[in-house]
Amino acid sequence: MKILGVSAFYHDAAAAILINGEIIAAAQEERFTRKKNDPSFPENAIKYCLQESGCRLEELDAVVFYDKPFLKFERLLETYYAFAPKGVISFIQSVPIWVKEKLFLKQNLRKLLLEIEPFDKKSLKLLFPEHHLSHAASAFYPSPFEEAAILTIDGVGEWATATICHGQGKELTVLKELHFPHSLGLLYSSFTYFLGFKVNSGEYKMMGLAPYGNVSSENYQRFVKQIKENLVEIKEDGSIRLEQSYFQYATGKRMIHEGKWGKLFGIKRRKPTEEITTIHRDLALAIQHVTEEIILLLAREAKRLTNSKNLCLAGGVALNCVANGKLEDAKIFNQIWIQPAPGDAGGALGAALAANHIYYGKEGLEKNGLDSMKGTYLGPSFEKTIHELTLRHHTEKAPVVQFDNFEELAKQTAKLLAEGQVVGWFQGRMEFGPRALGNRSILGDARSPVMQSILNQKIKNRERFRPFAPCVLLEDSAEYFEVNGPSPYMLQVKKIRAAHRKPLPANYQNLGMMEQLYVERSCFPAVTHVDYSARIQTVDGNYNSRFYKLLQEFKKITTFGVLINTSFNVKDEPIVCTPEDAYQCFMKTEMDYLVIHNCLFSKEQPTQSSIHK
Amino acid sequence: MEFIQDLLLFLKERKKWWLLPLILVILLVGILLVVAESSAVGSFVYTLF
Repeated sequence: MKILGVSAFYHDAAAAILINGEIIAAAQEERFTRKKNDPSFPENAIKYCLQESGCRLEELDAVVFYDKPFLKFERLLETYYAFAPKGVISFIQSVPIWVKEKLFLKQNLRKLLLEIEPFDKKSLKLLFPEHHLSHAASAFYPSPFEEAAILTIDGVGEWATATICHGQGKELTVLKELHFPHSLGLLYSSFTYFLGFKVNSGEYKMMGLAPYGNVSSENYQRFVKQIKENLVEIKEDGSIRLEQSYFQYATGKRMIHEGKWGKLFGIKRRKPTEEITTIHRDLALAIQHVTEEIILLLAREAKRLTNSKNLCLAGGVALNCVANGKLEDAKIFNQIWIQPAPGDAGGALGAALAANHIYYGKEGLEKNGLDSMKGTYLGPSFEKTIHELTLRHHTEKAPVVQFDNFEELAKQTAKLLAEGQVVGWFQGRMEFGPRALGNRSILGDARSPVMQSILNQKIKNRERFRPFAPCVLLEDSAEYFEVNGPSPYMLQVKKIRAAHRKPLPANYQNLGMMEQLYVERSCFPAVTHVDYSARIQTVDGNYNSRFYKLLQEFKKITTFGVLINTSFNVKDEPIVCTPEDAYQCFMKTEMDYLVIHNCLFSKEQPTQSSIHK
Repeated sequence: MEFIQDLLLFLKERKKWWLLPLILVILLVGILLVVAESSAVGSFVYTLF
């Protein structure tokens, strides 16, 4: 059985392919087109999936789109009808798009697929599972569990904005849904907008800002109270009701009524270029804590309904790593598994899995205690195309060292990292999902007190306040961090253990935001956020032996098996896909070294034309 | 044809027949707008209003 899953036309278009229940390939379109969060039809991602699996379109049993366009249109009509005459202009503007593209999705999909390669239109089945069913399937079927509660939370799909499901074998039952316009994802995005970040991509920036807030400040306490009294009513089962007079997303193109929010919180919406002040930090912390409270209630309700020991998570809100960490600490479930591509890109994979297990009733791969995401290294690899780059680099008169022995390369790279150099690390298949997990990564020494600032300003060109994440040898993770088990997909935030913390100066609370950040608060200052937290990736030898080896070599030199691991890209660009993308990024930033497969590129003037080890 | 068939099935499944006239009007107006945007019919559409 060969099934292609597709997500597109909203944000984060992607494609994924399954053969007999095994995930063969998955990739996001943005990586190929170089447009961040590209929503367009994932032509390149589909071509890659077909190539990787050796399939032709005519061999596929089904192409599965990740939501139901008619049901979404029903929501649109009923919402505008309910709010009329509000939103009439926005409604008129959206009609041509629906009539031209989205309503005729089935016909348009066939047309677009035919542009890739010919196939028999009558024999190719097109399926449309619900948006949240796709998320739930992406969370449960690849998980290591035979049985689990499933929680999906995002902005909105068709009607649902959050669901609680129960997965048993190949069965997946939807138990409870929260419907639009009441949405935790949209509540969080509204605050993202109010604090001057971009909706749909700036949420993680607000999450990174929250720890700078002060939980004992008067502002923070006032904000939490105002959010709960005016914006969101939280029920015992975790369902919420948003007071629509404060929001505009249901009928307009803006998220909120800025004037009403201004009056409520006593501040104007922050402009994207405006300075971030204490009050913005306290507001970010307040909404983060309210979000965590709601997620914990939803998880408790999922536990009550399913009595399961396991929980699977997906949907854009599952990218809130801080909430994920607290969910694990709450010990509502024994084990939690989060889909590494929990957003809409992962919907492509979920749609294919839902068709395989539910529509066709096929079993997946046997579960042997491990998940079936293959470390989420499901994207393309380019091992044969490195030669051209090495030649070009020679002409630019900088040295390339090609290693025949990977161990030597790992030793050399570890040495450079220990000396404080920043290294781009490009290996094997690209990761599927928003995190770079050691195949498209920029690495640095987590012990360095200046590395956070160097990476943010000289290489990534991103907001100075944003923290970096550590990758750590799995066997050492519990020594440094308060972890309960592996975190291979960097989706949980945990605290650094007290033994590795350093005392804060007496005047710490009076320091400015950046001064607070630069206080050396642990033995890994570059990856320790102001609240001693870190978004951890644990690395074992099963899925990424090269990355594991590099960490081991670094540990031999420094005694610490911990590095900074940040995605291989600069601000507002997608993570690199090809060696050429990596090389371009390396040359235009102040990165010191670049490793692509077995080649080490540097920017120093060569002492000899080439070294071959 | 396939579109109409799918649409009717959807409305039946969801028991939302009241949406049918609304959808038909939207489709007609929408098609008119799309055609007007992209062809020589545009000048004739103007006189309709």
